[in-house]
Amino acid sequence: MNPLIANLPGWACALVAALVLIGASLALIGSIGLVRLETFYRRVHAPTLGVSLGAFTTLAGSMVFFSVAQGRLVLHELLIGLFISLTTPITFMLLVRAALHRDRKAGSGEVPSRAEPEP
Amino acid sequence: MNRVLPHPFVSLFVLGAWLLLGQTADIWRAASGVLVAVLLGLAFARLHPPAMRVRRVHLLVPLALHVVYDIVRSNFAVAAIILGRSRQSVTSGFVEVPLELQDRYGLAILSCIITSTPGTIWVSLERSPPTLLIHVLDLVDEDAWVRKIKQRYERPLLEMFT
Repeated sequence: MNPLIANLPGWACALVAALVLIGASLALIGSIGLVRLETFYRRVHAPTLGVSLGAFTTLAGSMVFFSVAQGRLVLHELLIGLFISLTTPITFMLLVRAALHRDRKAGSGEVPSRAEPEP
Repeated sequence: MNRVLPHPFVSLFVLGAWLLLGQTADIWRAASGVLVAVLLGLAFARLHPPAMRVRRVHLLVPLALHVVYDIVRSNFAVAAIILGRSRQSVTSGFVEVPLELQDRYGLAILSCIITSTPGTIWVSLERSPPTLLIHVLDLVDEDAWVRKIKQRYERPLLEMFT
């Protein structure tokens, strides 16, 4: 067994396990949503579970684990969280804007037309 | 600002990231961090980014708490929709939010907030009139969403970036 894990007190094991499991479950639910939701604009909501709270709890679990195991504050996971929050919107915006562009060109009635705000 | 530190926020962030990544703050690490922070601040200035004018930074704290609360709550709401049986009856739709916020940094933060919160996606920003188009997974009341985004997120950002 990994000596880092063997020396971990019980409460920390439980906390880390809970945080990582919550994160993994949210990522899984997000992936299930990608399959189960019907239209593109609905599907694109699902993966945000894994990149918001899912990522945060997984990173929190990592911070708790390494802080307790190494006996000092380990915080560089904060940077991962920050960069995920900063970069995800770009990917989502590219995808959604591409879909919107195509739907507008195709004259789909589902998407609002340009420069014509609803009353 | 000045010649050595044209973008103090960027330099401060680089220094913080440098120290976090190194996980130490001894003298050599700190010195190299300051050097990198100054150099990257100068490099950033060469890109001619739009000027950042920030006032009342303390407003970031209640805003961040609101956002964290909303992210946690909407994670469970969206998870319930995905796993629930009644997801076909959930109506989704677009919402147009008239925006007063013009500052690019403020808009960037708003886009991170809206995209990071499950259930809402930033679709596009129309220029004239300035309107933000978002898509909402569980859309019940359009006006409630407009009010929420304007009061909860846009107002503090407007006060910070003008």
